[in-house]
Amino acid sequence: MENLSNILGRMGGVYLLPAGLALGAFVLIGAPASWATLTIAGLSMGMMVFLMASGLSLIFGLMDVLNFGHSAFISFGAFVAATVLSLLGGWVGADSVFLNSMALVFALLAAVSFGLAAGWFFESVIIRPVYHDHLRQILITMGALIVSEQIILALWGGTPITVLRPHFLEGAIILGNVSVEIYRLFAFGLGLVAFIGLYLVLNRSRIGLLVRAGVENREMVEALGFRIDRLFIGVFMVGSALAAVGGAMWAGYETLITPALGGEMMIVVFIVVIIGGLGSIKGTLLGAIMVGLTANYVGFLAPKLALASNMILMTIILLWRPNGLRPAVK
Amino acid sequence: MTLLSLNNMKTDIGQYAVLHGVTLDIPEGGVFVLLGRNGAGKTTTLRSIMGLWNPTPGSVTFRGADITGLHTADIARKGIAYVPENMGIFGGLTVEENLILATDKGRFDQPRLKRIYALFPALEQFWTKQAWSLSGGQKQMLAVARAIIEPRALILIDEPTKGLAPSIVAAMAEAFREISQSATILLVEQNFHFAKSIGRDMAVIDDGLVAHAGPMADFAADTELQERLLSLSA
Repeated sequence: MENLSNILGRMGGVYLLPAGLALGAFVLIGAPASWATLTIAGLSMGMMVFLMASGLSLIFGLMDVLNFGHSAFISFGAFVAATVLSLLGGWVGADSVFLNSMALVFALLAAVSFGLAAGWFFESVIIRPVYHDHLRQILITMGALIVSEQIILALWGGTPITVLRPHFLEGAIILGNVSVEIYRLFAFGLGLVAFIGLYLVLNRSRIGLLVRAGVENREMVEALGFRIDRLFIGVFMVGSALAAVGGAMWAGYETLITPALGGEMMIVVFIVVIIGGLGSIKGTLLGAIMVGLTANYVGFLAPKLALASNMILMTIILLWRPNGLRPAVK
Repeated sequence: MTLLSLNNMKTDIGQYAVLHGVTLDIPEGGVFVLLGRNGAGKTTTLRSIMGLWNPTPGSVTFRGADITGLHTADIARKGIAYVPENMGIFGGLTVEENLILATDKGRFDQPRLKRIYALFPALEQFWTKQAWSLSGGQKQMLAVARAIIEPRALILIDEPTKGLAPSIVAAMAEAFREISQSATILLVEQNFHFAKSIGRDMAVIDDGLVAHAGPMADFAADTELQERLLSLSA
């Protein structure tokens, strides 16, 4: 048993899980075209969830803050981006990739800017007074979430809003018998770029080194002469901005959004962070992909189990690895 | 010449008063050892100097400047390094990353690094290994190396020999002797034999107060005093 574990470890360890999951689904589904479509949809969903969850994982890992208000950034990101796309409706629907792209860039930039500003406000005003007190963190961030949802309701109303997709992201590419939605490919690519960017910053820069060290032992980072409270603000802002971008991408994916979007996604986001292991970007990516693939495969194979699939996945993984698949070293 | 002065330092942790008024002068150079029974307040003294717990009231003066109430990071920047009892190494970072994080400008001073290699050869050997994979002794070496990777005037070290093999303890004593040629070490230690082998001056903390302070040689010669303050038998 130990030998098998060592062999698996050398081959990639827990990183083999998505491949194993995909292989199992291939056998169960039987039809290669359906399997490929579901796999691409799962990967795409996983990357969007990764965008939303990566910030929460870092905030949780580094700052030890239970931020239930994280989903407010997802909701606001979705609504801000939807509003910008609506305002730039002419560009969104134009028969020009350049204008389509500019509309998308402006929408994502608006979501990022909002996420950064809201993150700064949230950390400074709401989180800072309750550091080191988890109960108060839960209460105050839940309260902030409720207030945020009411603000969205007041600004955008309770009626579902249709999100315009840039014209160049509409449609699908046909590869043999497999139909691949362009939007899903784009979402996957954007998530991948965000992961690579985060990975490089965390592993190739001094700031990243500080963040990784801070996740493990904040007190020691301060004893080395660094003001970790300033690092906290930066991480919180970046985490919030990533959530807003994730929300924006999810809005385009769903094409119809309500103020409850953030709250609905929050359950999935927490599952991903717990499965992946707190404070670990690689773990969050792994958890997000597992969740995305599981949701799609189970939705196809056993639709009645679809809603419970991620909870079941989390339970199995926590029974096996109580700290998640790739937790940051503490 | 006095490097660090603790004046009537009182520290509460939660609702418990741990230090009841520690007053102590640490001279520049050499190894100053804080001795005392478990729970006497030795670690709290180091943490209070470092600003990890704030003494109220009381004051801490370093090189003549009042550092009471400063942020821990600002205290560290003034030239005080800290090696906690649990070593405080970052297990997910490599040996190199642990050390480079402690440099002022993100790069090594090569002569200084060579000196560290000479003191702790294992660190060069495991340079690219993640720190969690090191043995207890190697982790302690890394923790001490991190404290001296830049010139620091004062190094606070909390129980560095705890759980270490005798050969590692001997190597650590040798390293501390060399480090104390260029920096002052304030050492908390339970192992009296180790402490007396390297300490120049000492103080005994008992129940949150300084019960005795003076040259280590005098204390080492006074078995009755040792018995009374530390419950050591000759």
